[in-house]
Amino acid sequence: MTDLDPTARTRELLAAFPPSEVDRLDFLRARFDAGLAWVHFPVGLGGLGAPRALQAVVTAELAAAGAPDNDPRRIGIGLGMAAPTILRYGTAEQQRRWLRPLWTGEEVWCQLFSEPGAGSDLAALATRAVLDADGVWTVDGQKVWTSSAHTARWAILIARTDPTVPKHQGITYFVCDMTDPGVEVRPLRQITGEAEFNEVFLTGVRIPDTDRLGAVGEGWRVAQTTLNNERVAIGGQAVPREGGLIGMVAETWRTRPELRTPELHQRLLQHWVDAEVLRLTGERLRQQLAAGQPGPEGAGGKLGFARLAQQLTGFEVELLGEEGLGYDDWTLRRPELVDFNGREAGYRYLRAKGNSIEGGTSEILRNIIAERVLGLPPEPRTDKDVPWKELSR
Amino acid sequence: MNLLYSEIEEELRASVRDLLRDRSPQDVVLARVSAGLGYDPALWRALAVDLGAAGLQDPAVGGTLREVAVVMEELGRSVAPTPFLGSAVLATAALGWERVGERTATLVVPFSGGAPSVRAAGGRLSGRVTSVADALSADLLVVPVVGGSLWVVERASVDSGVTVTPRTSLDLTRPLADVEFEGAPGQLVTEDPAVLDRALLTGAGLLASEQLGIAEWCLASTVEYLRERRQFNRPVGSFQALKHRLADLWLEVVGARAAARAAADALATGAADTEILVAVAASHCGTVAVRAAEECVQLHGGIGMTWEHPAHLYLKRAKADQLALGTPGRHRARLAELVDLPA
Repeated sequence: MTDLDPTARTRELLAAFPPSEVDRLDFLRARFDAGLAWVHFPVGLGGLGAPRALQAVVTAELAAAGAPDNDPRRIGIGLGMAAPTILRYGTAEQQRRWLRPLWTGEEVWCQLFSEPGAGSDLAALATRAVLDADGVWTVDGQKVWTSSAHTARWAILIARTDPTVPKHQGITYFVCDMTDPGVEVRPLRQITGEAEFNEVFLTGVRIPDTDRLGAVGEGWRVAQTTLNNERVAIGGQAVPREGGLIGMVAETWRTRPELRTPELHQRLLQHWVDAEVLRLTGERLRQQLAAGQPGPEGAGGKLGFARLAQQLTGFEVELLGEEGLGYDDWTLRRPELVDFNGREAGYRYLRAKGNSIEGGTSEILRNIIAERVLGLPPEPRTDKDVPWKELSR
Repeated sequence: MNLLYSEIEEELRASVRDLLRDRSPQDVVLARVSAGLGYDPALWRALAVDLGAAGLQDPAVGGTLREVAVVMEELGRSVAPTPFLGSAVLATAALGWERVGERTATLVVPFSGGAPSVRAAGGRLSGRVTSVADALSADLLVVPVVGGSLWVVERASVDSGVTVTPRTSLDLTRPLADVEFEGAPGQLVTEDPAVLDRALLTGAGLLASEQLGIAEWCLASTVEYLRERRQFNRPVGSFQALKHRLADLWLEVVGARAAARAAADALATGAADTEILVAVAASHCGTVAVRAAEECVQLHGGIGMTWEHPAHLYLKRAKADQLALGTPGRHRARLAELVDLPA
């Protein structure tokens, strides 16, 4: 095949591997090899070097033919964070080895960034990596909030390799083999009763230097690629009016007249307006992006969503009255996806508490808006030029 | 639904902004209101006639309510003392540009809302309407009467039977007046009550754009002040407690912009959900403008409390606007009917 047109490639793939006749994994591997995984990636790495916009054409054509998908939600960390970083900083050998099973979902990835003592202040991390004479790093430390660690084959990891320089400088970025005997994964049970995340204890974990991404001491810069890709995923799709949580609450209001009081009515309407305004704000942002005028509104999307979700879910429990005193299930379980819709109000109330913490706290987002959007001066930084080992922790 | 601004709208905005900056800077506004001079007729003529901003609803011009909304934003941003809302928005929406033309008009309704109380008998109107916006400068009074019909009264005639009494108003830049009709000769415009409803819906929807302009000025001027003002040996704006307040306010203003734009676009295009979008914009933007003005006064510290700083003009306009053409609570009550969330 020499033709690099994605549409022609898609038809060739479907002809050679009819989805109804071949195994799911065989199809996904063939799709990767045909350059139809990410058409904008280079040839040989799941792509065709084609414009990113053509991916939608390929995806639509494959979906119409009933082709299996690669379950992008379950393997989201690999696809959204590890893959772009490997593409940008990985060697040819690293790219060849990791990208294909990552994309097909044969190998699940997780992210070992946050630590108990380094959350919003991520660069304060204390996990140590020391290089032996034989070219192998030994890693010791503890990570936290790790989704998928119990199913992951590989992890992206940042660790401190030089404690004598300021905190942003002495960090290096690695790929960690989760089957190493020094890796211990423990479920971290949350206020909802379930364990979406894990604590990961690293004790004498051995990482060959060939599994380093980017230069020694350059890990903070590499991690920015990962984190920027995490934040790119702003709700790309238009949401209908009363989509999401407000729709659920409005439906309860309509079908359960016995729950209504004048005071709750006022608050419901206030939430309804807030939800509609947030929806219109997202719609305006999408129109700006489509018109090639990216606006700063995106920085506020998560902040606004977290506030609304917390107010609405608290309101829902209150509206339900006596039912709000119950809870559907405290059994420890390990969901792969956060299921806001399939659980009861108490779960939604508790889970929404994480919305203002995960992926950047609301306080950090407010700082970002104040400094980068409004142009207000930063707080004085007392830790910027101090060697990491001299910081108080 | 198009929530962005077109190139033509941005050009219109620039023209209006230039005019207001040249002819109605804040010290001039303050001097006029302090002297009790009310509206600036020269400014109004330049804006309405020379720039053509009052005639944007003229079908021959091809303007739309989206553009009228942009003018409202700029008038809010500058707290300019003009009768644009009463004349170019409310009266023109009720009567049509053909009949208003270049005259100054207003819709004779209580600015805080309420049902008509004027009565018509034998072509003559009688009754009193309190707290009417933009009545002092109006040549043409568009009067809803009991029963739902709409009349027009010319004030120019010697024996007009109309008395307009100024009130001392909270909002210095949009003074209110009581209007009394004593057998005033009027012409019937329409007996269709939907015309008045539509004009009031248009007014409430476009007032949200004025509120957006107020909020944007309050946020921008506060940010500017906090970047420069130093206390405790650093810029006040570097304190996280204040940065977080401004980030939250910014998010509300961003929401107000989307909501006001949605209402203006719906009014302009006749969208099926226009009433919903107007109720959302009116309830949200009114509150955001007040909050922005209150934060502006507070975060300016002592200077924000003075007569010489313009912040109070914005606070007064914002608070009066919050009550105008329906409080946020009234708009939410209407919304409850529209989206089937009964009390």
